[in-house]
Formats: sequence, structure tokens, C-alpha cells
Amino acid sequence: MKDKRQITVPQMQPGQSGRVIQILGGHSLVNRLNSLGIIPGKRITKVSAMFMRGPVTLQVGRAQVAIGFGMAGRIMVEVD
Amino acid sequence: MRILLMGNPNVGKSVFFSRITGVKVIASNYPGTTVGFTKGSMKLGSEEVEVIDVPGTYTLEPTSKAEEVASQMLQDGDLVIDIVDATNLERNLYLTQELLERQIPVIVALNIWDETKHKGISIDVAKLEERLGVPVLPTVAVTGQGIKELVDRIPEAIPPTLPQRTRDERWAAIGEIIEYVQTITHHHHTWLERLQDASVKPMTGLPIAAVVLAASFFVIRFIGEGLIGYVMEPLFEKLWAPLMMKLSVALGSSGFWHDMLIGNLFDGEIDFFQSMGVLTTGLFIPLGAVLPYILSFYLILGLLEDVGYLPRLAVLLDNLMHRMGLHGYAIIPTMLGLGCAVPAIMATRILESRRERFIAATLISIAIPCAASQAMIIGLVGAEGMQYVAMVYGTLFVVWLVLGLILNRAVRGFSPELLIEIPPYRRPSWRAVLTKLWMRVYGFLREALPIILLAIFAIGILYNLGVFDAIANFTAPVVSGLFGLPKEGVVAIVVGFLRKDVAIGLLSPLSLSAAQLVVGTVVLTMFLPCIAAFVVLARELGIKGLLMAIGIMLAATVIVGGLLNLIL
Ligand SMILES: Nc1nc2c(ncn2[C@@H]2O[C@H](COP(=O)(O)OP(=O)(O)O)[C@@H](O)[C@H]2O)c(=O)[nH]1
Ligand SMILES: [Mg+2]
Repeated sequence: MKDKRQITVPQMQPGQSGRVIQILGGHSLVNRLNSLGIIPGKRITKVSAMFMRGPVTLQVGRAQVAIGFGMAGRIMVEVD
Repeated sequence: MRILLMGNPNVGKSVFFSRITGVKVIASNYPGTTVGFTKGSMKLGSEEVEVIDVPGTYTLEPTSKAEEVASQMLQDGDLVIDIVDATNLERNLYLTQELLERQIPVIVALNIWDETKHKGISIDVAKLEERLGVPVLPTVAVTGQGIKELVDRIPEAIPPTLPQRTRDERWAAIGEIIEYVQTITHHHHTWLERLQDASVKPMTGLPIAAVVLAASFFVIRFIGEGLIGYVMEPLFEKLWAPLMMKLSVALGSSGFWHDMLIGNLFDGEIDFFQSMGVLTTGLFIPLGAVLPYILSFYLILGLLEDVGYLPRLAVLLDNLMHRMGLHGYAIIPTMLGLGCAVPAIMATRILESRRERFIAATLISIAIPCAASQAMIIGLVGAEGMQYVAMVYGTLFVVWLVLGLILNRAVRGFSPELLIEIPPYRRPSWRAVLTKLWMRVYGFLREALPIILLAIFAIGILYNLGVFDAIANFTAPVVSGLFGLPKEGVVAIVVGFLRKDVAIGLLSPLSLSAAQLVVGTVVLTMFLPCIAAFVVLARELGIKGLLMAIGIMLAATVIVGGLLNLIL
């Protein structure tokens, strides 16, 4: 099982799950995402994405979080 | 002694606060309901203590305005009741961990306990208490379960002694705690959870949104018209009118007080729309024409809020709103604006940047008709046919859209992206919905009734003094030349600055054509907001922002009014 791929959240398929690897961004972005439970090592599932670079909805633990396309692009995940 | 209620957004702090203090506050199922803070007090033993409903925060490191307020308030508190969402323990414990590192006694309420069972979550409260080192009690704020027990244990809360840690250390500690206290059993997706996912997926979400909005619109109209037709009009026509006719005779059917209290008679009868007496039109407009729509609108809005639908709408409309310099969450203040601009403009605080708040507040004051404006639109234009009502709403919608596109280009600054937690769908509690409805309706009556009565009284006196004739002649070029309205129409526009609904009584005697009514109601809605909205606008935008917004309003009104008059 060595076929783990690193992609960004917008590249994930709806329904796909993965593990957060890192957040590419400044202190304040990392801070805001962390406070919503998006931290390296955490499993997340992509629920859906609006078309035309709209926001992405993620399942994070027990909660759902909607994230703008740009911010979502800074979250790197390793999908299974 | 001062007790702080703290916790993540949307965990039930405000409901909890109402429970222990008896102070009613608005609670809704979306993050950001409490932007300012509310104070109350409760009895603790024999002592009267102060309780504060602090805005929700995810962390004490301030990443937003609300969080700044919260971490500042922590300096002056003596004890924290940390409200935790038991269905989302892991994320919620982060704030708890941070609180435990401060030198302040903490007691934890494991709220929304009622929903843990069907979500397959089981939490060992005793173990959690042992790990955190502070009292932990399961509570259900909406029913009051567990709250008395929690209050009884407040004296046991002692300042914990956790050292300051890094973020990673805290998350690691939380991981261990969760492992130790929580077990999750697999459960089948309920239909509510399926609906939850379907309403943010574009292919299913957009049709669902269309259905929800259309259904809301029809139900609001159905209830509103039903209340008017079957309750308010019979009350006024059958009960109040005969009484007023007696008073009219007693006053000698004419003279100053007759004109002030009863107003003009039409064929010897009172016309509640046009008589313009304080006791006739003055009471009918707020109670007979506007109140039914206030009731039905806030009932439906309250349901949508408490079910948790609005944040989904924010996700679906995010794209569109970005083109207007906003992000999806701006749809919440905008929807509130369909009721009243005052709470709507205050709610723009849930938006992060100044630029967004300016654009949202300006758009709300210009293009979103409040319940009073809508009562006017439906009362005046509705009689001519629904196609004209649709024309007014259509125009306002286009104005909202186009003005948003323009402001997005013109206003400098930066609008951040959407980042919100989407709450689960919840079955709304009738108690909560009705309490909220009552607060809003009572707020309307308290604010609107005196102003309307006063306005009608002042209008009567100014008419007598001939002041309006002078104004009408002065503004005739714009009102008649540009908008194609009779010059007396300006009175309605001027008075509309006090309250929009009073204009019903001023425009209806002018016997305007359908086209003139469309122009007139659009101009009235877009022109300066009523005085109450004006005051909050000044407070939220500052004087410079307010002047800019007024400039935009006047320009937009003149352009749109003139164009409509040309087209129609
Ligand atoms: N099922 C359930 N719902 C709750 C409970 N407490 C609050 N709620 C609901 O959760 C939502 C958020 O409550 P609110 O007090 O506005 O949260 P705040 O943002 O923390 O002030 C509202 O729709 C409440 O009716 C509870 O114990 N159980
Ligand atoms: Mg609140």
C-alpha cells in the first residue's frame, strides 16, 4: 500500500477522505483553520464543492465546515 | 462576583443564559448570533451575581473581532461556565484546554446532551471530570435539564493549575482525553443527515434552496393575508370603526381634535387607510397592516434559523455574493433585512472586513424592503394586481444585484473568503421559536407604535400649517418632472423618513395609476431608510461611511425612479 497521494482539498473528489498533511499559509490562516479542528494529522472528508470555484464543505470530526476555494487550496491532504 | 458563559459559537450559550438569568435573548442555530454581549444576573445562594453571555469563540488567541471581545472579557471575570457541545466534544475541548491554563475557576456544561444518544456518542462524564480536574455536568439548555445541578456545584469550581502549553500539546492532550472518555458506536445515517449533505451539494442544494425560499414566501403571504383578512380587518371594521364613529359624533364631526384623532371621513365613513387620524389610520397601519406580516415573517425566519438552514444558503450563494464584494454569510443579515433594517444592519457585524460591512449595510438600506415597506407595497400596489407587485420586487432585486456589482468595483479594500461551521439540522423547539417571535414582535410594537402615532399627529399639524404645500412646490421638479408623481407625493417621501408604512395613508388618497404606484413605492423603499435604521447605520458605518451611503442612496433613487418612470 504505497500509493498515497498528496493533493489539495479542491482536488479531492466529493466523498473522498484523507489526512491533513499541512496548511500552506500564514500564521493567521493556520490559526483560524486549526480552531475549526483542521490540524495536521486529522482525518477529513470532502462532502461537496460548489461549482465555479465555490466553497468546499468538509466533514471535520463531528462538524461540517465550509471553506472558500482559495483557502481550501492551501490545505494539503494525503488521500487514501 | 461575575460569571462568564463561554464556549464555541452555536453551542447553546444564549439559551443557557436565558435559563439561568431569566433575561430573554435571541438564540439561533448558526454561529455568530451573539456579537455584542448581554448582561444579566442570578441568585447564587444568597448572593446576587452578574452573568455575561460572551460571544462564541473557538480559541482565546483572537482571530476575529468576537474572539478579541471574548478574551478581553476573561480578564474581568471571576468564574467561567464553559459550555461545550457534547456532540462535538473534541473540537470544543480546545477552548476548554485554553481556559484551564488561565488562573480562573471553570465549570463545564456538556450541553446538547439530548442529541448524543441518537448520534451514537457516549461520554463518560465521571472520567471526563477526572481528566479535566473541574466539575463537568451534562445539560440540555433548551429544556433546562441539568442546569440546577450545575449551578449547585459552582462553589466546587476551583482555579485549575495547568501550565501554559503550545497548540500541538493541547491537541495531543485532547486526543488522549477523547480516547479515554468517549466511545462512538456506528449509527445509520438518519434522513436528517442525508438531507444535510444534500442541501450543500450544488445539484441537489440549489433546487432545495429554490423550494425552501418559494415555500417560505408563500407561507408568509398566506399567514399574513389570512391574519389581515380574517382577524385584523374584521376587528377594525366591525368592532373599532363603530366605536370611532361614536367618538366622531361626540367630537362634533369636525374641528381640530376630530381631525387629529379621527381624521377625514369619506362619504361619512372612516377609511382606515386614508383617514389619517391618530386613532384610525394611526392604529390601523401598525396593527392592521404591518403586524400580520411581522408575525408571519418572523415565524418563518425563526424556523429557518433554528432548523439551521441559513448557513447552507450561505454556502450555495457564496459565488454570487462574491461578485458583490461580499461572501455567502452576508445572506443572513440580508434576510433579516426583509423584516427590519435595524437588526439587519447590526448583524452585518458577523462579516469580517469593514468593506464587506459597508457594502452589506448599504445594500440592505437601499434595496431590501423591510416588513413596513412591504406592507406598503402590498397594501398600495397589491390592489392593482400581482404583476405590479412583482414589478416592484423585481426592480428592487435588480437594484440589489447591480448596485452590489458596482460597489464591488468601487469600494476599496479586501473581502475575505467564506469560512464557517455549518451546524447540524435540528428539530426546532417550539418554545424557543415562539419566545424569539414574541421578542421580535414586541420589539416592533415598542419601537413602531409610538413613532407611527406621533408621525400621524405631526402630519395632521403640518398639513394644517400648510408646511407640506410649501415643500411640495419646492420639490415639484424632481417628484413630478423626474418620477412622474403628483407633487403631493413628496409628503409621503418625506414622512417615509420617519417610517415607511405611514406612507400608505399618504399615497392612497392621491389615486395614483398602477405605474405611478410602482414608481412611488420603489422610490419610497430606496430613498433614505427610516430614522431608526439611520441611527444604527451611523453607528455601524461612522459619519464618513454614513455620508457615502446616503450619497449612494440618493443617486440610486433618482436614477432608478427616473428610469422606471421613462419605461412605464
Ligand atoms: N437539542 C438541543 N439544542 C440546543 C441545546 N441548547 C441550545 N440548543 C439549540 O442550539 C442552537 C444554538 O443556541 P444558542 O443559544 O444561540 O447558541 P450560542 O451561539 O452558543 O449562543 C439553538 O438553535 C438552540 O435552540 C440543547 O441542549 N439541546
Ligand atoms: Mg448566542
